[in-house]
Amino acid sequence: MMVGVKSVPSPAISADDRSHEVDHPSSEIAQFGADQPLRLDCGIDLTPFQIAYKTYGELNADRSNAVLICHALTGDQHVANVHPVTGKSGWWETLVGPGRPLDPSRYFIICSNVIGGCMGSTGPASINPATGKVWGLDFPVITIPDMVRAQAMLIDRLGIDTLFAVVGGSMGGMQVLQWTAAYPKRVYSALAIACSTRHSAQNIAFHELGRQAVMADPDWHNGAYADQGIHPHRGLAVARMAAHITYLSDAALHRKFGRRMQDRELPTFSFDADFQVESYLRYQGSSFVERFDANSYLYLTRAMDYFDIAGDHGGVLAKAFAGIETRFCVVSFTSDWLFPTSESRALVHALNASSARVSFAEIETDRGHDAFLLDVPEFLDISRAFLQSAGKARGLTPRND
Amino acid sequence: MSVQEVLPLGGLATDKFGPFRADHLLVAEMVKSGSKVLDVGCGDGDLLQLLETRGIDGRGIELSREGVNRCVAKGLAVVQGDADTDLVNYPDDAFDYVILSQTLQATRQPKVVLENLLRIGRRAIVSFPNFGFWRMRLQLLVGGHMPRTENLPASWYDTANIHFCTIKDFIELCDAIGVKMERAEALDLYGRPLRLRLPWWVWNLFGEQGVFLLSRGQGK
Repeated sequence: MMVGVKSVPSPAISADDRSHEVDHPSSEIAQFGADQPLRLDCGIDLTPFQIAYKTYGELNADRSNAVLICHALTGDQHVANVHPVTGKSGWWETLVGPGRPLDPSRYFIICSNVIGGCMGSTGPASINPATGKVWGLDFPVITIPDMVRAQAMLIDRLGIDTLFAVVGGSMGGMQVLQWTAAYPKRVYSALAIACSTRHSAQNIAFHELGRQAVMADPDWHNGAYADQGIHPHRGLAVARMAAHITYLSDAALHRKFGRRMQDRELPTFSFDADFQVESYLRYQGSSFVERFDANSYLYLTRAMDYFDIAGDHGGVLAKAFAGIETRFCVVSFTSDWLFPTSESRALVHALNASSARVSFAEIETDRGHDAFLLDVPEFLDISRAFLQSAGKARGLTPRND
Repeated sequence: MSVQEVLPLGGLATDKFGPFRADHLLVAEMVKSGSKVLDVGCGDGDLLQLLETRGIDGRGIELSREGVNRCVAKGLAVVQGDADTDLVNYPDDAFDYVILSQTLQATRQPKVVLENLLRIGRRAIVSFPNFGFWRMRLQLLVGGHMPRTENLPASWYDTANIHFCTIKDFIELCDAIGVKMERAEALDLYGRPLRLRLPWWVWNLFGEQGVFLLSRGQGK
């Protein structure tokens, strides 16, 4: 008898929706021509390139209320609006929106898709103007500092000198820290959540697992799948499933699913998704590939792996922040095992050694790394309080209260 | 008699005295304005808030998550940490003053903590409940059980205070590790400083808490 096998279902949204966003995003675009190349860490000047971004709220007269949000690995610029591909609401509406800690009635909020991404900023899924074909693996390897350099060019383009706040979690938090290390005078306050100044061996290992899953998919075609009109959705879905586990916690998975069965009473004695947790993971995998490009996933995970601020400063983290006047708030979550509190604590020690003004809070939750994206009231309260006190020190006058 | 009648604090309006603790007011008086201060075990940040009203650049460490979160909510620069384990991570001379307010007796290694305070800060201000206070002695002597007071209401089995000492014990520790005592104050049960130039044994008997301004001694 054959054992029943079902792999991850094919995506419901056509690849056309996704690939259209790559070059023609449903958001603002800043284009940089040959006169403004992006100097990449790998030594290549990327030109031309474009940055897709969203803004919420209005810049005040003295241009002092601008907040840059840096998105995480698989996030994008659609922080607080309906996503053009998935139709889902914005990914950080717990933090951004009317009455939220980042209220567009008070701040001019900017979020750009990172360089290397696939939602409108130049990346491996974009068309390489030199060949007229999709970049694929010809796209140069990018780093977190490259992402931040591109964002700084966008901020220049928007006519903003100093950002009131740079805010982000996970890979977004890495960008926040890179902003403060690279442009300390341009960052008045920094809210770095569930992140680290370097990617750990364990995290690199998980990323390698994800990349190998993508590359093992025969549809990957050494990264040239776009030329074949296909997408390695099975490999990418497996990568996402593995990564998704790292974003949760044992306790959260147990609370949510336990050992409960999916639409059945008894095991089927097959490799079908008998357990709810399997069904959930498969859904996470298949819905992810609807909106994300496989090569982009390779490039962005690589960028995180290379991230090591101390390594860029002679191995001494405190040197990266010497004399910095930025106000920092560092937040970690008790059940986050991807970026555990010890990582945040190491950052805080370095900031203390640099005499930086830093607040650090560890939030108790069983929701794992993803807690920063969820409605965790204590985290949101702290974010609000930090931004309000920084706003007071900055002389931002509250509009409504 | 209330605190504002007995503490000659310059620079503070009298109507601000109300919400502040007696030892906090005394500590605030010891800190020169414009200096940089680390408050170890800063609780809800009341002392840091008092210091900020005097133009002092204050930072805090607090063990309890709730305390940290309340401090951050007040806009204070406070990090979650433990006096026993995290002080080693601060560089030498990082602060003008390091304050340990009513926390020394709750640390696992008071001697190491004290040494770290004076490594990180050029000066340290330490306050602690005096276990030599007459009411403590009386409870142990007559009652025959571990003392409990209004300020220290916990029973022996659930108190966080694991290293109680007397003023006399503390002075001996300072001598032993070569710490210079620049100023010493004992507060009575009502938060009033005892009169100066009383012999140590009087302070040790009638001081409900001790507040000490310390600096590094010679050769240390």
